[in-house]
Amino acid sequence: MEFFRNTSIDFLGKKWIFLGFSLIFSVAGVLSMLFWHKIPLGVDFRGGTLVYVKFTEPPNEDQIRAALNRAGLNNARLQRYDAPAKNSELIDLPQRSQAATDVDSDRNLAIKALSGAAPQGKQDLNNIGASTVRDALIKRDPAHVAPAEYEKIARQIVEFRDKQRDGLFKSVDEAQQSGVQTGIVDALKQDFYTSNFHVFNAEIVGPQVGQQLRKQAILATLYSLLGMLIYLWFRFEMIYGVAAVVAVFHDTLITVGAFSLTNTDITLTVIAAILTLVGYSMNDTIVVFDRIRENIKVMRRESLAEIVNRSINQTLSRTILTSGLTFLTVLSLYLFGGEVLHGFSLALVIGIVIGTYSSIAVAAPMLVAYQEWRGRRVGSTPAPLPAQAAKGKVRVKA
Amino acid sequence: MQKKIGLKIVLILAIMLVFTALIFLGNDWSNSAAAIQKRGLMAGLQESIHLGLDLQGGAHFIYQVKVNEAVSAQSDAAVEILTEEFKKAGKAVADISKPDPAGDPDLIVVKGAVGDAVAELNRIVTERLPEYSPPSRGADNSYLLRMKQAELSKLKTLTVEKSIDAIRNRIDTLGVREPIIQEHGLGDYQILIQLPGADDTARIRELIQSTARLEIRQVFDTPAGYPDEASALQAHSGILPPNTILMHGRDVNATGETQDRVYIVAKVPVVGGTDVRDAQPTRDENGRPAVSFNLNTAGGNKFAAFTSAHSERTADPNHYLAIVLDNRVRSAASIRDEIRDRGQISGGGFTEESARDLATLLSSGSLPASLVSIEERTVGPSLGADSIRHGVQAAVVGMVAVMIFMLVYYRFSGVNANLALMLNLVILLGFLGVSGATLTLPGIAGVILTVGMGVDSNVLIFERIREELRNGKAAAAAVEQGFGRAWLTIIDTHVTTIVSAAILILFGTGPVRGFAVTLIFGLLANLFTAVFVSRVIFDAILGRKGRGEALSI
Repeated sequence: MEFFRNTSIDFLGKKWIFLGFSLIFSVAGVLSMLFWHKIPLGVDFRGGTLVYVKFTEPPNEDQIRAALNRAGLNNARLQRYDAPAKNSELIDLPQRSQAATDVDSDRNLAIKALSGAAPQGKQDLNNIGASTVRDALIKRDPAHVAPAEYEKIARQIVEFRDKQRDGLFKSVDEAQQSGVQTGIVDALKQDFYTSNFHVFNAEIVGPQVGQQLRKQAILATLYSLLGMLIYLWFRFEMIYGVAAVVAVFHDTLITVGAFSLTNTDITLTVIAAILTLVGYSMNDTIVVFDRIRENIKVMRRESLAEIVNRSINQTLSRTILTSGLTFLTVLSLYLFGGEVLHGFSLALVIGIVIGTYSSIAVAAPMLVAYQEWRGRRVGSTPAPLPAQAAKGKVRVKA
Repeated sequence: MQKKIGLKIVLILAIMLVFTALIFLGNDWSNSAAAIQKRGLMAGLQESIHLGLDLQGGAHFIYQVKVNEAVSAQSDAAVEILTEEFKKAGKAVADISKPDPAGDPDLIVVKGAVGDAVAELNRIVTERLPEYSPPSRGADNSYLLRMKQAELSKLKTLTVEKSIDAIRNRIDTLGVREPIIQEHGLGDYQILIQLPGADDTARIRELIQSTARLEIRQVFDTPAGYPDEASALQAHSGILPPNTILMHGRDVNATGETQDRVYIVAKVPVVGGTDVRDAQPTRDENGRPAVSFNLNTAGGNKFAAFTSAHSERTADPNHYLAIVLDNRVRSAASIRDEIRDRGQISGGGFTEESARDLATLLSSGSLPASLVSIEERTVGPSLGADSIRHGVQAAVVGMVAVMIFMLVYYRFSGVNANLALMLNLVILLGFLGVSGATLTLPGIAGVILTVGMGVDSNVLIFERIREELRNGKAAAAAVEQGFGRAWLTIIDTHVTTIVSAAILILFGTGPVRGFAVTLIFGLLANLFTAVFVSRVIFDAILGRKGRGEALSI
């Protein structure tokens, strides 16, 4: 089977269309970054508290918001999390003060607010861990066994709650179904009650950390671009490196722009995805460049524009196939990867498409544009390229 | 030629076997082998491939160590030494103080030093305070003392190391498997703590963060203390005695009510937290829960010297001491006689449980400085399990789709590519097992990306071979040329991606790093499988075929 055979599309002839296309997307993203959603930073970078709560019934956002406001947690951003059947809500509490003490105070306040009026002196069985259950059992000593035995019983109950009941008991009696002795649950009832929610995840990032991570992400991106530029300079020629880096920057800009346009949070994992797409787009560009380098050695009479066009066409089949297949894997990540990987796979889905496009539409035309510009400066028409085939290192010269 | 191929096939099979074994055995063979024998193959897999917190649930904390507190404690001691030495030498200076204990904790200013006192100051610093630079002259006969830069940074690093040791001792009592407690490279003086499977974050936080700094300090005026700060100050006409501070505490009165008390205590403790050797829960003379502790030799000597000089038998009117825990007075009493190395924290307010917890904390060593929590993440076990299911599901769906496509598009050569792909995964997982790296959710994504790049290498080669075949080359020559030309491109693409992944490992933390690690392993495996393995398979096929027979590609 073969999709593409001896194509001869004049890619360079369409450079104005490409330029227009790239400009529209970049400018739209930049405008959104500046004036609309800004750059929607995730909790990792802006600091703050995320509390993921699962309820017994579909969460009522108005009630939650009212309870949070009463507790002094204004400006909370509420959003349904995961599939509707999971009855889960993501509570996003912005950083309130710059003081670095007690980072977890907001989470504790939120849990208290959700608990409402709890029975006097009792703890919520849905929001505590095994060691609390163990201590309560040791204190009551219903089975007259050693503390180590209570430890096991406590773990059994909590594990049953988390794995079989998704973290939520409807009543303390439900702990019985984990298979513990009868006396145990009666003892638990004296110290515990069950609320209608379970905090299954929490992320709390202090302002200091947010700042560090921001700096780290920017540095990591810049250094990896620099590393690639140096490698390409070494393997090819300066202009190749510059063209590839410009193409990759173009991809990053459009991807971040897309996150701004869709108002999706940029988290630490999204940064990992963006760096991946940087690598991927670079990969794609290099394949084309490699072919250009190879063709320059054999096609001595053609102009650079013709060589570039031919090279893109020769690698087109591979480009489309690989991108298509990678897109397939990334798409399956986006569709089946679940809520946690949502941002990550979104960045890759956009990035793979843009990264493939930019090698053909940005990087390659830049080589030709540079050469034409050099040619005009010297005052002559672009001449065929001298090939230094023997060394395997080829210079683009006017 | 045939013989050489046979050798290569044996090599490939051997590598495959080794890495398959590594997936299940990991880097702790005896442990994993035991797990496999007892609980089957999956148990071995669980032992060797470490899952990140995002996949198995657990708690993650980052703490900032307030290293300046340790520096301040050191300079407090230096002030004490200076005062003592000047007194001994009979030289007087106007004042020895720390002008900015919070912002500039090592700075000591000696004011009004003239004549002999200056020489004495220089002598004290050289002989007794080796960590300090020679005094530099300030305005009005004052002298500035600063810690040597090297000593200062050594002290700060040591503070972080000691904190890590103390935290590890405390975490060990929780029985968490494979906790990670280490310096966090991202900021200065930060500690990263990861506790897989831990769920009671509030309790863990309390255990980690309580400094458990036990000190014994001299108490001035009365061991009963004052009802509030104002009356304590009033007793000294508004100015505290030199080198003393006010400290709050609680007292249980005769009717059993607790009341806040304020004590005047010495600024520098007689015995510090590092002088405690161990502690046990016990009961005081009234049968209430209490904690008794033993001092180590150095602490015992200091304590004995102090108590013999300040007991009721001496002329010192301030013959009292207080047991201070985390800057609060727990109990204060009169010193009847010399005490060597045993003490008791009593005075009520303990339950059986809190007495036991405190004894654990004291035995594990106090924190040399307090900790401020700056990041905290908890992942519930159900979410982790959900993530694994989703991630694996996505990986399998993606891979199957790619494999089917390769088969359809490249026919027999597709089989070749798929074999290479599977071997790639085996090697990648084997790497993960043997290196002890953790597999995180982004790590699974890294695996998926590796699959993508692995396919890319094969597509590059196959397309090149097709091109050569179209140009009229024979099968063997086309394979030769295809591999030869694609090889350069594959090297370039892999090196650039490895460069950026390596930078991620250097500068990234947590999830980003996990991603980069799997990506690098995957790419290295890919260089081997896509280029070497698939070449060997081609050669083997070509060897069996006659000349001129077509290649299925």
